[in-house]
Amino acid sequence: MGLSDLIRESTLPWLSGAGEYGDVVLGSRIRLARNFQRIPFPGRADLNQLATTRLMVERILPGIAKTLGTSFIVADMEKLPKLSRSVLVEKQYISAKFTKNPQHRVAFVSNDERMSILVNEEDHLRIQCMAPGLALEDSYELASRFDDLVEEKLDIAFDEKMGYLTSCPTNLGTGLRASVILHLPGLVFTKNIQNIVNISPQLGLAIRPIYGDAKESFGNIFLLSNQLTLGFSEAELIANLKTAAKEIVSHERQARKALSLYMKERLEDEVYRSYGTLRYARLLSEREALSLLSKVRLGVDLRMMETPTAKDFGRMLVRMGDSYLRNLAENENLSKNEIERLRAQKVREILLEKAPRPQSEPIEDI
Amino acid sequence: MLCDECGRNEAVIHIVQAGPNGRTEHNLCEECASHYSDLILPYSGRNKDMSMNDFLKGVFSAEEPQKIEQEAPNDEPDALVCPNCGMSYEDFQHTGKIGCSVCYQTFRRELFPLLRRIHGASSHRGKIPHRSGSALERKQHIARLREELKRTIEQEEYERAAELRDEIRALELKEQEGGGADGTV
Ligand SMILES: [Zn+2]
Ligand SMILES: [Zn+2]
Repeated sequence: MGLSDLIRESTLPWLSGAGEYGDVVLGSRIRLARNFQRIPFPGRADLNQLATTRLMVERILPGIAKTLGTSFIVADMEKLPKLSRSVLVEKQYISAKFTKNPQHRVAFVSNDERMSILVNEEDHLRIQCMAPGLALEDSYELASRFDDLVEEKLDIAFDEKMGYLTSCPTNLGTGLRASVILHLPGLVFTKNIQNIVNISPQLGLAIRPIYGDAKESFGNIFLLSNQLTLGFSEAELIANLKTAAKEIVSHERQARKALSLYMKERLEDEVYRSYGTLRYARLLSEREALSLLSKVRLGVDLRMMETPTAKDFGRMLVRMGDSYLRNLAENENLSKNEIERLRAQKVREILLEKAPRPQSEPIEDI
Repeated sequence: MLCDECGRNEAVIHIVQAGPNGRTEHNLCEECASHYSDLILPYSGRNKDMSMNDFLKGVFSAEEPQKIEQEAPNDEPDALVCPNCGMSYEDFQHTGKIGCSVCYQTFRRELFPLLRRIHGASSHRGKIPHRSGSALERKQHIARLREELKRTIEQEEYERAAELRDEIRALELKEQEGGGADGTV
């Protein structure tokens, strides 16, 4: 697997639909923020200092890769075309911030795509580990292992009282940001999502929609993360997030059950209409596609239909991205109409792979 | 669990509401829940949510400058400058971002109240770098054991408490013997 595969593929391992609580938890992510002693943090460093940091990491990385039994794909922001960078942002291997000033910003993505190491993001080092389903502990262990291997060779900025020193004081202490990605159509349709949003800060957690903003979101996909990083151990922070995630899962399942009991016919109608639109539409905006896809996935989870599978759901999510589609067409300046056409086509392709095709249905023209 | 409403049938629907008057829970059977369509659809998206950005804005807007001055009456924190990266405390107040690891030493006293406001705590309890931190790790371990000791005494678990006391003593002895005793440097 190389850099071009990483950009082109639509099957992301961390969105494979496998893993515990996979009917609600799409994936888990751990991020550790680390810095080196004395070198100014990237936001304040000059080009020489940025280059130094980069060189320090590049020197120790081969040894770490060997110990971990993996290899890393190098994504050098300076060399990568803008479009490819946006695709990596869409796939969540890098942050949008990372692409703004590309000088000496390099991402190292492990071959199995479980790990993504960002050099010179907001902190010198950001160690990210991803896994499908609810799998925070495994991901933390991997991230922490990587951190140990770095620390064997390089001096990490650390203070007895304040913990790991980070560019933003909101990450101080553990430098840990643990997140889970949740699909919550049940809580959104039963209008209970606001309760979760309201309670989260009291639990030291933050929840935000992944698509759209707090005022208006679509796709019913949310990111739940710890807000506090200091004063608790990593295990405590992860356990707290995990407990909350499990509770949300059980509320989501209850809500789905309620919907399927009391609004069965309407729900079924919505699910099949959504499927029909995804299957036959010729133009799809991202917003419409995500809303439809969410309903179809709900229908699959409630066993109203068998396909698309959870894995296909993940593939469709990737294929809906503007940057993914522009990159596929090798045209940065695709018109809105062209993107919507391509999106409809790419979604349809997946639905056609497995859909049992009734005899009477007309044959697809694309 | 039985239904909260009729008390006869098995509850199948569990609804939690966090309204302005706190958290209420309802466990309802199918029959009773069907009368409660507004419970299943209880909220019409009242916008009370707090985004991370609002949260941060609240934290950084210097609403307690007088307090900081009280804690450091002879310093002018704004005039502090980091000898390593040249960042001033005033810069930090503008950007919310620290310049380098040495800044944390330079602005140490000013930062603690801020950390308490952000995290509700100002003491790290998590992972420690192994290479530079073996002595630190032991210190943190002792602190944890002490907490546990206090708890066991409160709960009158004296046998466990005695074990903990021995463990703490052994660790403290090691500490007096010097940091590198366990082979790491
Ligand atoms: Zn009842
Ligand atoms: Zn500094």
